[in-house]
Amino acid sequence: MAQIELRGVSARYPSGGQVLDGVSLVVDKGEVVSIIGPSGSGKSTLLRVLVGLLPPSAGEVWLDGSRLDYADRKALTAARARLAIVFQQFNLFQNMTALDNVTVTPVKIRREPKASARARGEALLRRVGLGDKLGAYPDELSGGQQQRVALARALALGPEILLLDEVTSALDPEMVNEVLDAIRDLANEGITMLIVSHEMAFVREVSDRVVMMADGAVVETGPPGQIFDAPRTERCREFVSKILRH
Amino acid sequence: MPEGLLGQLEVFFTWQNALLWLRATGTTVAMAVVGCGVGFVLANLLVLVRTWPSRWLLPLRVLIVLYVEVFRRIPFLVLIFLVLFTTRALGLHMPLFAVACVTVTVTATAFIAEIVRAGYESVHRNQWESAAVMNFGRLRTVALVVLPQAWTVIVPPAFSYFVMFIKETSLASQVGVYELMQAGKYFNNVGVSPFLAFGTCLAIYFALSYPLTRVGWRIERRLAHRFRRTSPAEPLAAPPVVGP
Amino acid sequence: MDYTFQWGVALRYLPDLLQGAWVTFHLTFIGFWTGLVVAVFLAVGQLYGSVRLRRAISAYVVFFTNTPSLVTAFFIFYGLPEIGILWSPYVCVLVNLVLNAGAFLTDVIRGGVASVRVAEMEAAETLGFSMLQKIRYVIVPHVAKVLYAPISNLYIVFILGSALAAIFGVEELTGTAFNIASETFRTIEIYSLAAAIYVVMTVVASVVLALVGRLAFRVRARVL
Repeated sequence: MAQIELRGVSARYPSGGQVLDGVSLVVDKGEVVSIIGPSGSGKSTLLRVLVGLLPPSAGEVWLDGSRLDYADRKALTAARARLAIVFQQFNLFQNMTALDNVTVTPVKIRREPKASARARGEALLRRVGLGDKLGAYPDELSGGQQQRVALARALALGPEILLLDEVTSALDPEMVNEVLDAIRDLANEGITMLIVSHEMAFVREVSDRVVMMADGAVVETGPPGQIFDAPRTERCREFVSKILRH
Repeated sequence: MPEGLLGQLEVFFTWQNALLWLRATGTTVAMAVVGCGVGFVLANLLVLVRTWPSRWLLPLRVLIVLYVEVFRRIPFLVLIFLVLFTTRALGLHMPLFAVACVTVTVTATAFIAEIVRAGYESVHRNQWESAAVMNFGRLRTVALVVLPQAWTVIVPPAFSYFVMFIKETSLASQVGVYELMQAGKYFNNVGVSPFLAFGTCLAIYFALSYPLTRVGWRIERRLAHRFRRTSPAEPLAAPPVVGP
Repeated sequence: MDYTFQWGVALRYLPDLLQGAWVTFHLTFIGFWTGLVVAVFLAVGQLYGSVRLRRAISAYVVFFTNTPSLVTAFFIFYGLPEIGILWSPYVCVLVNLVLNAGAFLTDVIRGGVASVRVAEMEAAETLGFSMLQKIRYVIVPHVAKVLYAPISNLYIVFILGSALAAIFGVEELTGTAFNIASETFRTIEIYSLAAAIYVVMTVVASVVLALVGRLAFRVRARVL
């Protein structure tokens, strides 16, 4: 059943300029959906709309069959409790250690017992290969390490849906694989994921479905085989051939 | 009082007078500490309300902006008289010391609010966003994420203002608070040479202000570049230029 | 509350207060900009002068920036007659203002000049600039840009600080308010009116300074 459903969602930034123009999209439970497209096509904006950082100017967002009202703080809070997002720029809290970044929300916001949250946080950081960096501050970590902390922080929320916003594009090439490996593990666990990425090989491998966006709208949707090998639209063919040529 | 500076020295430097000076110094410092301390708390409240994203608070926000702009533009001397006469008119017969403290608080709140706001602005927007999507409320975002990062930008100029107010409160002598300046005037009135009376005054002010200013520099150097900022060399909205 | 407001009485004295504001204006205008000239010389002396000159200037700056201008004013007002110098209150206050502004501005200017990056100077060096050219084309434009905002702010601070002249009987804005308030007992109204005039004066000063900065130095200052 549809876990996330966007019906004709449009959005614009306060500074002006339409960035999403009537996007409709359905993501089923446990599905891994990747969004590709040229920069400026609205991929990241779509994720920002979902988490309520940018309320849609038109259209509807449905979560598990109920419409999300972004003006209703309670509803938004409830929705956010089920979502987690990893940002392109990591956005770790600069004043907290890796472990505190991971445990702050469970402990301070969700009022979980400190000891269990801590144990879970440590386990998550070990899982992403940072068991020896628990006490490190973000500025003491490399980009790849920070991104993995951000991933652990998102997972500590126990999200039903994980949104990943170009999580590898700010990384040095040698860091990319360590982050992708961690995500691959998650995909196999059956968590619903919406991935914005430029790593085409990765997208192809991990996704159940790929969405191609351009100019704030969905151009084509289909399984990776279709999008990458036999795109049906001219726009998508053009984009994929440009990307895959090198 | 005997004539001649040398003769005066003997009469002037007594334990009794030393105690008078000490008390006056205490009052001077206390006015700045109380005023800036309370001002700091109030300034934080003002900025919290001013940056609260709610349409209903708009009138309050306008009032706060006006408050901050207006009270940074009224001389301390005029303000202390206003506070004095207004509280008297309201039937509050506060001690003069309290009148001075209120006056410092009113101005310090306005000055420090600008600093706190600049501190908020120095924290990268993505920190606010991260907190928002993880369901931190506004208060928790400020307490757990923003202030712990902003304080390195807030403390140095706030400390400069504190030192400034130590000097500024010399004007409280005009309503009769017995602080350092008033002590100087007292001794001058009872016949001590103005060089000696006001010289002592100057020396004590200097002994307070100079070491504190140095402490301020040290704090500033210590705290510089602690966290990644909005941009590397973001200038403060309110540059910590502090007057005499 | 047994105080009844009589704004009409206060407003009748508005022309007197404006007269006082005019005195405040020329007092601070003359004092501050004279202080700036003094400060430019002192800053140059501090940067390029002999060790003794530098120490003397530092001592002056440190002394005046760490003592209340009210106390130095008392020192001048009551001290100078003791050694036979009799100046009018206006002159005493003006001299005090110049001395204080000079000290604060020296500090500000020195910081600004020190912020000219070594790289810029080296670039000027490789272009074969003479000392004068370096000052003209590298230091002055940079320093003007960096210093404009803090100097403008200080000007506002000194307008407010000039209220202490009232204590020595100068009939500037605050002094005039003193006199009227003690004649009429309309204290709250008179002081509120004086405060409002200070707010208007400093806002006008801020706006004018911001416009001048934008035109002359391309400084994009916040007006308020």
